[in-house]
Amino acid sequence: MPAPQQVPESEAGSDPGRTVLDAGDISRALTRISHEILERNKGARDLVLLGIPSRGVPLAHRIAEKISTVEEYDVPVGSLDVTMYRDDLRLKPARALLHTEIPDSGIDDKTVVLVDDVLFSGRTIRAALDAMTEIGRPSAVQLAVLVDRGHRQLPIRADFVGKNLPTSLVERVRVTLAGIDDVDAVTIEGSAS
Amino acid sequence: MKTHLLSAADLSRDDAELVLRTAEELRSLADRPIKKLPALRGRTVVNLFFEDSTRTRISFEAAAKRLSADVINFAAKGSSLSKGESLKDTALTLEAMGADAVVVRHSASGAPHRLAHSGWVRSHVVNAGDGTHEHPTQALLDAFTMWRHLAAQDGGGLDGRRVAIVGDVLHSRVARSNALLLRTLGAEVTLVSPPTLLPVGIDSWPVETSYDLDAVLPKADAVMMLRVQRERMHSGFFPTAREYSRRYGLDGRRMATLQDHTIVMHPGPMVRGMEITADVADSDRSVIVEQVTNGVAVRMAVLYLLLGGSEPAVGGEE
Repeated sequence: MPAPQQVPESEAGSDPGRTVLDAGDISRALTRISHEILERNKGARDLVLLGIPSRGVPLAHRIAEKISTVEEYDVPVGSLDVTMYRDDLRLKPARALLHTEIPDSGIDDKTVVLVDDVLFSGRTIRAALDAMTEIGRPSAVQLAVLVDRGHRQLPIRADFVGKNLPTSLVERVRVTLAGIDDVDAVTIEGSAS
Repeated sequence: MKTHLLSAADLSRDDAELVLRTAEELRSLADRPIKKLPALRGRTVVNLFFEDSTRTRISFEAAAKRLSADVINFAAKGSSLSKGESLKDTALTLEAMGADAVVVRHSASGAPHRLAHSGWVRSHVVNAGDGTHEHPTQALLDAFTMWRHLAAQDGGGLDGRRVAIVGDVLHSRVARSNALLLRTLGAEVTLVSPPTLLPVGIDSWPVETSYDLDAVLPKADAVMMLRVQRERMHSGFFPTAREYSRRYGLDGRRMATLQDHTIVMHPGPMVRGMEITADVADSDRSVIVEQVTNGVAVRMAVLYLLLGGSEPAVGGEE
């Protein structure tokens, strides 16, 4: 077995991690998710996409774009901040709120597709379901995520998954998206390899 | 570590901007069918008002309730106890009831500071106006109102915006808090007032002063009129109300000299015909009613940032 390489700390800190999805992969995954959403819902009528800030929001917009090129129908897109509904709100310092924007058409009797970047413990999605009940009553809620990394702590599953990514708990999955970050990528940091 | 909001000077620029951004998000709640957020469920907020107030108390009450906190209103008016005893006894009562935050208004400057640092209570203390000293949440809501109207145009903050605060600066806690906060946010403040109504030590404030309202108005981006606080006046500060009104009141003629985008503000309660005429108060430039709406959002932001997490996200010293 080779001895572990001596890595200077400065380099270890800026370890870019292992790229699992590049820009092309992300685009293809979102295209597939868009088609799956249309297939499952038999079209785009009555759909509302709600992204969970911050990176769920650009993902929701990209899915909406892809849907509109297929169906020639603009799906309403919004964002849903879940900060105040988190179950760990009291365990951490008060956090800044992120933007909530519900489309004018509302979510009553619509099929809401929640969009987030990484599905992990499921607690964010639980918070989002709570947040939604105070805004309206959708006829159905579905969940689309770019990455499902496992380790669920609540009985929650995604309906549409870009990539299933088995991870260990010490690893960190980082999603970067052009618009917020420099490039589109999904990387794993802190892994042994 | 406990944090309080006692003075507008407690807030750094980052703190103040965090409050404004949080208020912006919370303001949209007013448009929703269910105006309620769960952030402060199970927390108790006590409104401790030793001095008359309508809008501030109701505003804090609405803010706390919209965040799901339990609200106890404690009006201490008419108490025969001397001030020191009264405040201490009341504080011990509140402590025994388990208040998480105390919103205090008192006619004595410094009372909230005393409450916060005496060791009588462990709760967060929010100053809702103390004597002629400070009223930081009013300053925050005024800054928030300006920010919504004046900052959006170029994307920046309030940097370089000119704010004229006109009237009874001497008795105004609003003026002091506003001057401090607006300076922190980069705005330029000019106080316009008769010489008798400027406080001693005004030189040390981060503001300009002027006695000539007509010279200041054309340059201002926001004009804030202050009420002449007759109840605090025990000597003649100006000859007659009519003369004050002519020299320092905002009427239709003076309003015509303002720039197109300039907003007219008033912390309330207004005395129509004294510092502001009815046609100005009811004009399109007037954002006085909006200030009240914004007050609830700003106070929600303050309560959330002080109480929402395990430790406060904004505020001053221990």
